[in-house]
Amino acid sequence: MGKQNPREVYGRTLVQMGRENPDIVVLEADLGKSTMSCYFEEAFPGRFFEMGIAEANMTSFAAGLSLAGKIPFTNSFAVFAAGRAYDQIRQGIAIAGLNVKIVGSSAGLSDYGDGSTHQAVEDIAIMRAIPNMTVLVPADGNETRKMTRAMASATGPMYMRLNRDDLPDITPAEGIYEIGPPQLLRDGRDAVVFACGMMASLALEAAGTLAARGVSLRVVNVSTLKPAEDEAIRRFAAGMRAIVTAEEHSLIGGLGNVAAEAMKGMAIPMAGVGIADRFGQSAWSYDELLNAYGLTAGHIEAAVIDCLGRRSRAEE
Amino acid sequence: MQTTRDIAELERIARRIRLHIVRMMGVGQKGHLGGSCSIADVVTALYFSKMRHDPADPHWPDRDRFLLSKGHAALVQYAALAECGYFPLSALETTKALGSILQGHPDLKSTPGVEANTGSLGQGLSIACGLAAGLRIDGRPSCVYCAVGDGEIAEGQIWEAAMAAAHFKLDNLTAVLDRNRLMATGPIAERFETGPLGEKWRAFGWRVLEIDGHDMAAILGALDAADDIRGRPKMIIAHTIKGCGVAFAENRAAFHNGMLDAAQFEEACRAFED
Repeated sequence: MGKQNPREVYGRTLVQMGRENPDIVVLEADLGKSTMSCYFEEAFPGRFFEMGIAEANMTSFAAGLSLAGKIPFTNSFAVFAAGRAYDQIRQGIAIAGLNVKIVGSSAGLSDYGDGSTHQAVEDIAIMRAIPNMTVLVPADGNETRKMTRAMASATGPMYMRLNRDDLPDITPAEGIYEIGPPQLLRDGRDAVVFACGMMASLALEAAGTLAARGVSLRVVNVSTLKPAEDEAIRRFAAGMRAIVTAEEHSLIGGLGNVAAEAMKGMAIPMAGVGIADRFGQSAWSYDELLNAYGLTAGHIEAAVIDCLGRRSRAEE
Repeated sequence: MQTTRDIAELERIARRIRLHIVRMMGVGQKGHLGGSCSIADVVTALYFSKMRHDPADPHWPDRDRFLLSKGHAALVQYAALAECGYFPLSALETTKALGSILQGHPDLKSTPGVEANTGSLGQGLSIACGLAAGLRIDGRPSCVYCAVGDGEIAEGQIWEAAMAAAHFKLDNLTAVLDRNRLMATGPIAERFETGPLGEKWRAFGWRVLEIDGHDMAAILGALDAADDIRGRPKMIIAHTIKGCGVAFAENRAAFHNGMLDAAQFEEACRAFED
């Protein structure tokens, strides 16, 4: 299985889109060599704005660019893009429904060395709560490429969170990303995992292991967190004996809530794999940190087994 | 739209705008009388003399833009837009009513002629900068004007915008600082000093002009002078009186967002009725 870095793919895609559409403009807050907006700067210096380390101004400035008919992409780490610029997004962009694309890089725990100040564990919750916002989390490089294009094609404020790490390819390279529908990655009969971001590939890994134990797992990639398609989520959940959500995000306000809101009234045991209402911290490796926070294929596997057990106990 | 350079005519329009402001305030409802009246002459000069705009075509791409970064003074912008003909004068009676096109703060989706959502203080100048930069990319002749409050500039984002405007040499941007010396809770000099203003803006790379913000000829003169300044953004510090024209409200923080009783309402209306 090939691997791609979502930031790298995103940066290259911006350049391709910049060639096709002269209205694409890119803003950066001095992290261009990490968010990979540096490629766009090199290709289109006249449409690139280095805003300095000033995320609030960058975000409102982007609102102004959109009012002039441009399609601005703002770049920073997710923790600053969604946190520091929250009020600018809410007041100047979302209320008016402006066509600004906000990209939060190094999201979740993926900036493992920098610790809690740089690890966005609540960005999805913040952005989901804002009316008019679209919230997107790609599962791999291929989806990042298509999603970036979809953001430019659709009108309105959007937030995309990107992982810092290389991710295995699990979605098709070709095709067009449609904002909204969750996608079936692997079908199964016993339980379903709804996953987003890098947890989607871990869910597939868990499905492989569980198959050897006689459990047939369905894996669904929910890469549009908002607007969520409740009906589609309910269809994927129907007939399952257990539902598990998996996200590199706080259990408050993220995918777990999206699924729970969609499945109101469905009597199926449910469990959430995610970050339990706490901040991140530094570690020497990403894997070490993910393990400490319960975000591995093994944790998904255990949650599925536990959830199925609850169902069995309830039936006894 | 038909504009005028006739000072007496502009002063008459400014009186009508202040009358609209008082009527929108009404009796027994809170409203931002003080900051609306302090910037009323500048707003009049922009909409009725300086700016190229077309109320029949609010989205004309080459229009000049006005952003009210101190969005709480929305009443003055609504009065000017209505007088220009962006919407009927009768709409002013619905200000802040449920479902009205005239919200408590400027809302571009609701109100024809409003260019941005402002009122979360400190953000409008940044939006104006981005707008000016975007218009410049397309080579449009449009100028962007932005009114900022002297209390508002305590917001750190204002200074982020100030640096950005100078860095990007946004000479199609002219800001007006409504120097009325009062914040919501009292005198700026006592409560939270934001000066010295000229030195600060000059140090941030802006060309600074200072005028009496109630002298129509001086306002027009400064706006014209700003046209000829190239290579940097321009700041017109307009020395004003909060509540200007409403004698009992002048220089009183209580009327930043206060209400009028029936007698005050009558007195205020009389001041501006011909």
